[in-house]
Amino acid sequence: MRTLLVLLLLFLLSAGPAIAGVKPEEMLDDPVLEARARALGQQLRCLVCQNQSIDDSDAPLAADLRRIVREQLVAGKSEEEIKAYLVARYGDFILLEPPVKPATWGLWVGPFLLLGLGGVLAFIYLRRSRRGATTEDSELSEEERSRLAALLGEDPDGAHVPTSSSSP
Amino acid sequence: MAAEREELQSHERRRGAVWLYLLPIAIFAVVALALAWGLSRDASVLPSALLDKPAPEFELPPIPGRDDHGFSRRDLGGRPMLVNVWASWCVPCRAEHPLVTRLAKEEGVTVHGINYKDAPEDARAWLDRLGDPYTYIGSDRDGRVAIEWGVYGVPETFVVDARGVIVFKQVGQLTPRVIEEKILPLLRELERR
Repeated sequence: MRTLLVLLLLFLLSAGPAIAGVKPEEMLDDPVLEARARALGQQLRCLVCQNQSIDDSDAPLAADLRRIVREQLVAGKSEEEIKAYLVARYGDFILLEPPVKPATWGLWVGPFLLLGLGGVLAFIYLRRSRRGATTEDSELSEEERSRLAALLGEDPDGAHVPTSSSSP
Repeated sequence: MAAEREELQSHERRRGAVWLYLLPIAIFAVVALALAWGLSRDASVLPSALLDKPAPEFELPPIPGRDDHGFSRRDLGGRPMLVNVWASWCVPCRAEHPLVTRLAKEEGVTVHGINYKDAPEDARAWLDRLGDPYTYIGSDRDGRVAIEWGVYGVPETFVVDARGVIVFKQVGQLTPRVIEEKILPLLRELERR
């Protein structure tokens, strides 16, 4: 009984990915072309669902786009030509990975710029605080040293003079 | 001397500190503005890649069973026109139908239709019941021509100028406001040109 349940669960889990997206009847007979179609389909956004690729989507428009991708592959078009065809109609939005161009430089470079800026700020902060701890504060003037010694009840020359307050 | 310098230094440090206090507020303001812009726009409405580009080449047959002309690229141009993508199964298309009719019948605008992925009998019944405001209608049963137009849902409405260039696109249902504020002023301007 338990084995059966486990098997059933495995069966259902493995069936998951096959339910959505690419249908068996859409697939090309040529496994190489079909593999290219899949690789391309993963990079193209379904315009109806917007956060799924056309390969993962069940929307009718995604199926139409999958069909177009396959037709053009069979006709001998390259991946780049097919993408250009779709971008001309739907804009860069159809590409799940935005292209690198002036309008998207901020998108691509921005995170690294922020990281660099953060790094520089952290570096300045750390260096300043370390310098503050080791150099500025550790060097006491003559005046300060004698004041400190007086406060601690010590002889500025280093000899220990017990006082009533510091002795147990 | 030393005390003077110290005071100067601490003064400088304090001035630096004021700048540092303002920095997070400035960053917050920039992020808040960016988010306000990002959240207030409708992400499901995409800018059309075809704006300011010539309308695509296409040729569509009439809806089967209608003694009609069909609709092709050759029918565009000469004067500004509207191209309305619709389907009988599309609820917002039905809702905008009176507005399309008003544009065609009262404003004298030439409106062509692309009937998207529709059963011919349903499309015919829809037109018989609600009226046919379209000059020409093409039947796009497999949705291929709609893809040429960059359509990703119905209804969509395009304004094509006298040169055959797409100058405006409405994604989704036409509203009286869109017609009054965008489409009619644009058509008037195009007519004057």
